[in-house]
Amino acid sequence: MSESITFTIDGVEVKAKAGETIIEAADRAGIYIPRLCYMKDLIPHGSCRVCTVMVNGRPQAACTQPAMHGIAVENNTPALQTHRKNLIDMLFVEGNHFCMFCEKSGNCELQAMAYRFGIPAPKYPYMFPEKDIDASHPDIYIDRNRCILCGRCVSASRDKDGKTVFDFTGRGPHKKLAVNAEANLGDTDAKAADKAMSVCPVGALMKKRVGYEIPVGCRKYDQKPIGSDIESAKKN
Amino acid sequence: MSDSLNEFVKNVCVRHNKDRNRLMDIAEEIQQKFGCVSGAAMDQIARETSMHRVEVESLISFYSFLSKQPKGKIVVRLCNDIIDEMKGADKVAEAFSDELGIEVGQTTPDGKITLEYTPCIGMCDQAPAALVNNVIVTNLDADKARGIVKELKKHGDPAKLTKKPGGGNNADKLMFSMVDNNIRARGDVVLAGYEHEAGLTRALSVSPEEIIGTIKTAKLRGRGGAGFPTGMKWEFARKASGSNRYVICNADEGEPGTFKDRVILTECPDLMFEGMTIAGYAIGSETGILYLRGEYAYMHAFLENVLSERRKKGLLGKNAGGRKGFNFDIRIQMGAGAYICGEETALISSCEGLRGDPKTRPPFPAQKGYLASPTTVNNVETFCCVARIMDKGADWFSGMGSKGSPGTKLLSVCGDCKLPGVFEVPFGTKVSDLLNMAGADDTAAVQVGGPSGQMIGPADFNRTICYDDLATGGSIMIFNSTRNLLQVVSKFMEFFVEESCGYCTPCRAGNALLKERLDRIAAGRGESSDLDYLQELGESVKTSSRCGLGQTSPNPVLSTLKNFRGLYEKLAKKSKDGLMQSFDIKAAVAGAEAIAGRPSEKF
Repeated sequence: MSESITFTIDGVEVKAKAGETIIEAADRAGIYIPRLCYMKDLIPHGSCRVCTVMVNGRPQAACTQPAMHGIAVENNTPALQTHRKNLIDMLFVEGNHFCMFCEKSGNCELQAMAYRFGIPAPKYPYMFPEKDIDASHPDIYIDRNRCILCGRCVSASRDKDGKTVFDFTGRGPHKKLAVNAEANLGDTDAKAADKAMSVCPVGALMKKRVGYEIPVGCRKYDQKPIGSDIESAKKN
Repeated sequence: MSDSLNEFVKNVCVRHNKDRNRLMDIAEEIQQKFGCVSGAAMDQIARETSMHRVEVESLISFYSFLSKQPKGKIVVRLCNDIIDEMKGADKVAEAFSDELGIEVGQTTPDGKITLEYTPCIGMCDQAPAALVNNVIVTNLDADKARGIVKELKKHGDPAKLTKKPGGGNNADKLMFSMVDNNIRARGDVVLAGYEHEAGLTRALSVSPEEIIGTIKTAKLRGRGGAGFPTGMKWEFARKASGSNRYVICNADEGEPGTFKDRVILTECPDLMFEGMTIAGYAIGSETGILYLRGEYAYMHAFLENVLSERRKKGLLGKNAGGRKGFNFDIRIQMGAGAYICGEETALISSCEGLRGDPKTRPPFPAQKGYLASPTTVNNVETFCCVARIMDKGADWFSGMGSKGSPGTKLLSVCGDCKLPGVFEVPFGTKVSDLLNMAGADDTAAVQVGGPSGQMIGPADFNRTICYDDLATGGSIMIFNSTRNLLQVVSKFMEFFVEESCGYCTPCRAGNALLKERLDRIAAGRGESSDLDYLQELGESVKTSSRCGLGQTSPNPVLSTLKNFRGLYEKLAKKSKDGLMQSFDIKAAVAGAEAIAGRPSEKF
């Protein structure tokens, strides 16, 4: 397909294919737009709002907004970075995230995003909500304390695994990740090999018996901040 | 599972053609029959409709009128919005609670009556009000509440609570409700009377393009609040590719303080259906849906009857209105208690049998709406305007109102005034004139457009109601000088926290954080830096939220920070001793004191 669409991100000219979203075009151009719920190859959820950019002066989620010819996208502006920081802070305080002993530490996208944004601790007060853990499945567990409701596992299970093991129930502050059974993940047809089990950005949906496998220093975000892979593509 | 449940669920699903898009109707019928949609019922619905059980539960858990846990045969839902509270809802709640012997949120031990709170039910002009199953009871006080409980215990039939019906069609035997219309001013467009079907007849005699042209010339803008040009919306829907097209009427007025659609639905449903039929012809649709909020279920039978009369007259169905080749009919979709479903894409989700999550845009409803087909969603009042414009002409319509906002607007006025009710006034009416008409004096603040709108003080009372100045979907709440405005703001934020669908981070978490800090300030424990904190947080929620609800949800805080800054500054000032006001040292050392068994010597 020809790259017939041209637009700018912070003044830099970017080319896009028809049907591409802003984030897809930006990734190929080596411009990193911070994001949490978005994952390549899954239907964009547009829920975390961290990838909010200004498109011709209007806020839009870069993961769902189509790249249109001639648009002017603002990405790395002080105002947007502040909003993103605030969103990351919100995700921390509305859950119970204890990075210091979390198995996902070092491989966690939420934690890595906080480091990238230089957040040592959230400025908002912790809500300390009561959340539960579902360890009923022999090979997988859900820790809802850490779930950021990004929808990746919901989409992966439905669209990739063809299973619909997960969906959301409740609304507002009561919204939670639910499983396709009366209560327990163990009563569903979830398997550790499912695509859905490998997409969680945080430590909410985890495989058992592999915790802390990777030594500190070798974990995904120990050496370089999140987004470096996309940014380094630019130089190549 | 019991056989009766088994049989019932099966029959309901079969009656709805095992169509998963009709899950709202299926769930509501089961809820009404059994007082809940149990896990067993969900399992069977999933089997019958070829869905996954978790998808069914996703919907059930979203709507406040549906529940997995059993509720009483009778559910009393007390409206606890700010206006009801001002009119004494707490005393009413106390009386209900005392007489039933349960707390709000509980069910009587015999499983007969459940007592709970619900946000605005569209009766702010006759508050305090409550829903007893589908029956509305208004102008409550403690004595009436006790009387209601005694009666329900005796006969168990909510319908018998209506002794004397309200005015107009409220007395119709299919509605028979004590609700009053409280029409205070009739404007020329909607409430002053009209020639039945004149607009439809004229519309069907011209081409769809001409209709859209006329609506555009009249400069009609959406009456729900956002004010999008109606003609343009229709044109998009007409031109979009798709084999089916849909017309949806948004009768989910849930913005606290709004009740003008209630009056239209009661007094001029034909005018609204006429407008929907015109829309169907204009965009090339065969199906219309009236999405009626669950709180207005008491009108359901009445409205169904209006539709069936229209079918009998040939105004709906094959060759509708006598126009050869134009086949159009309308169905009613009941909501189930979710403010967010007033957002057009959430409303479409709900019509499709999904949780009321707004959809990702683009695509917009005009391109891909209901069942991924081109769809136009318009407000009840907008459809009425359409029928009138087709009858009287674009010039007649644009001759009223103000330059950028032609026509009239129905306003629901409530709160501290002598004449709460519906006022149809030309756009461009001054707030001060409206206050006079409603008999409001000593007014300290007016909330224009409901919680998602803005709160203005006396300095702004010479401003006008119109899209270019003070835009509103119709809600006007009046507060006099005795009211604690920060408490009002807190109440509004509580509403948004509960009514957020929870899809996106800023609306789900941000509103709870706004409320936390606001309450801290109101309690006198705020820091002066909290004003900037609220401002920045509010702007993040506004900028990054996914839908119109989220984008407007911080408005109670942002608009009062702007227009009533003094209130905040008075409360959030620097402490004299240099200690953080938010830090309660006494509370902090209480635990240690308990362990030590003696009070702190220093604090």
